Amino acid sequence: MELHSQSGHQLLDLIKNKKTTAKEVWESLESRVRAIDTKVNAYVRKDEKREPSLKPDSQQEGKLMGLAVTIKDNICTTGMNTECCSKILKNFSPPYDATVINKLKTNAASIFNLKANMDEFAFGSSTENSAFMATRNPWDLDSVPGGSSGGSAAAVAADEAIWALGSDTGGSIRQPAAFCGVVGLKPTYGRVSRYGLIAFASSLDQIGPLTKDVEDSAILLEAIAGHDQYDSTSVDIAVPDYKKSLGSGIKSVKIGIPKEYFIEGLDPEIKKIVGEAIDQIKKLGAQVQEVSLAHTEYAVAVYYIIATAEASSNLARFDGVQYGLRVEAGKDSSAGMIEMYKKTRGSGFGQEAKRRILLGTFVLSHGYYDAYYLKALKVRTLIKQDFDHVFKELDCIITPTSPSAAFKIGEKVEDPLKMYLSDIYTISANLAGIPAISLPCGFTKKGMPVGLQILAKPFDEETIFKVAHAYEQATPWHKRKPEL
Amino acid sequence: MAIDKNSVEYVAHLARIELQSKELEKLSSQLKDILSFIDKLNRIDTARINPTSHILPISNVLRQDQSKDSLAADKALENAPKKQGDFFSVPKVIE
Repeated sequence: MELHSQSGHQLLDLIKNKKTTAKEVWESLESRVRAIDTKVNAYVRKDEKREPSLKPDSQQEGKLMGLAVTIKDNICTTGMNTECCSKILKNFSPPYDATVINKLKTNAASIFNLKANMDEFAFGSSTENSAFMATRNPWDLDSVPGGSSGGSAAAVAADEAIWALGSDTGGSIRQPAAFCGVVGLKPTYGRVSRYGLIAFASSLDQIGPLTKDVEDSAILLEAIAGHDQYDSTSVDIAVPDYKKSLGSGIKSVKIGIPKEYFIEGLDPEIKKIVGEAIDQIKKLGAQVQEVSLAHTEYAVAVYYIIATAEASSNLARFDGVQYGLRVEAGKDSSAGMIEMYKKTRGSGFGQEAKRRILLGTFVLSHGYYDAYYLKALKVRTLIKQDFDHVFKELDCIITPTSPSAAFKIGEKVEDPLKMYLSDIYTISANLAGIPAISLPCGFTKKGMPVGLQILAKPFDEETIFKVAHAYEQATPWHKRKPEL
Repeated sequence: MAIDKNSVEYVAHLARIELQSKELEKLSSQLKDILSFIDKLNRIDTARINPTSHILPISNVLRQDQSKDSLAADKALENAPKKQGDFFSVPKVIE
């Protein structure tokens, strides 16, 4: 097998046993990207001249042993542009590294020298909202890879990355992981520092790993997790040895299946495949029972108020003054500041960014704040209470990750509401702040991957890894590769 | 609640975004659809429910009041579209 098709932990073993080096792995990745990325478009700004960030072999003594990690274009990296795939951040070169980048470097990882494509500012579920181009799904080049971390997911699925970091505000790691047949984890809110992640919705955003299997997810989360003095929402709780939670069996684990996730709108084929996965988990000894998350149907509405309100505030910083694009209103800049703002933002933001900023501004504006924003915050409480209630008795919850497999490019672009509804099963975890993973659980008749979502209590990523790993090791899905 | 072209134009002004007239048409009708979907929240009685603005039970995160190095001015200005000396340069604000 080629080096680029191996998982991270397999490569770590090979390096430890002197069968290969991080440099050879890097070169294998580069040749893979050269060979197939014109088809997949997982990476952006490929023509930009960058030095490889690979460390000399002598400095690779650390957990990640010099292996390259692929980074989404909204996580700040010094020496490499970070543009959120938006015109308004064109040529932005961050003056500092995000905390997750520093942590990866401390663990002796290399930072891959191409950034992964995404929906502009992480606004989207298909990566079609990138200002550069659409990424294609490695399993069917006419389908979307999901989004917004579509570049990260497609790169891992197509063996153009060993593993990658994405960000998840309403499903942006898990939904593309499901669509591309890889493993994607949104950690508990506060588990991973957001310092240096260009903010979308600050009460929802989390950085997390996209990987080829569950063990790699555990390794990469451990490398990036932990308290950070630069992010006051990161929590000071010790980071466990996540690999210890793998392989211990799931006999005593109590699992809930929320009935509200298996109703109209769920593709019957997905329902069947997820049902078979649940049967498999029962066979492994877990106790499975039906539960209710009564306010599930309101999650999308709550999300599109809270997330857009926070986004409209966060994106106020893109005003043509400190960084990125600036469009002057008049030749001698006498037309004034406000006109410059309007022209800059009018031409720098794409359609979805404008739509969300306007919606967020509206729900926060005078006369509508109580009816929309405050209302949404209250329903958020109810959604969180639903989970608290279930987790009093049970250890985790299992659902489909997405109501359908990957859809075709262009299929939902003109209908934003339809696009928003593809996140219906992933949004609640962000609203409740709990951790959730998506892992492959089968394929549709057309050969598209299907994702299984496992959610657990805050800071209980260990249970997620335990159950996900037990299921993965009992099934063949993670071993299948797309033909490219 | 109704949103029309006028209110979208007003919100766009508040958000400092210039919209082309075609964009305004399209965004107005899309936002109308999204808001009518969102209106389903009115079916829930939330009179006795407290809002959740933040999910973690942490508040008042403090640190020692010690000065540390911050980003140097030249670094902070590196990405500025327009600068003058140690300053960001902006269009005239005061008449």
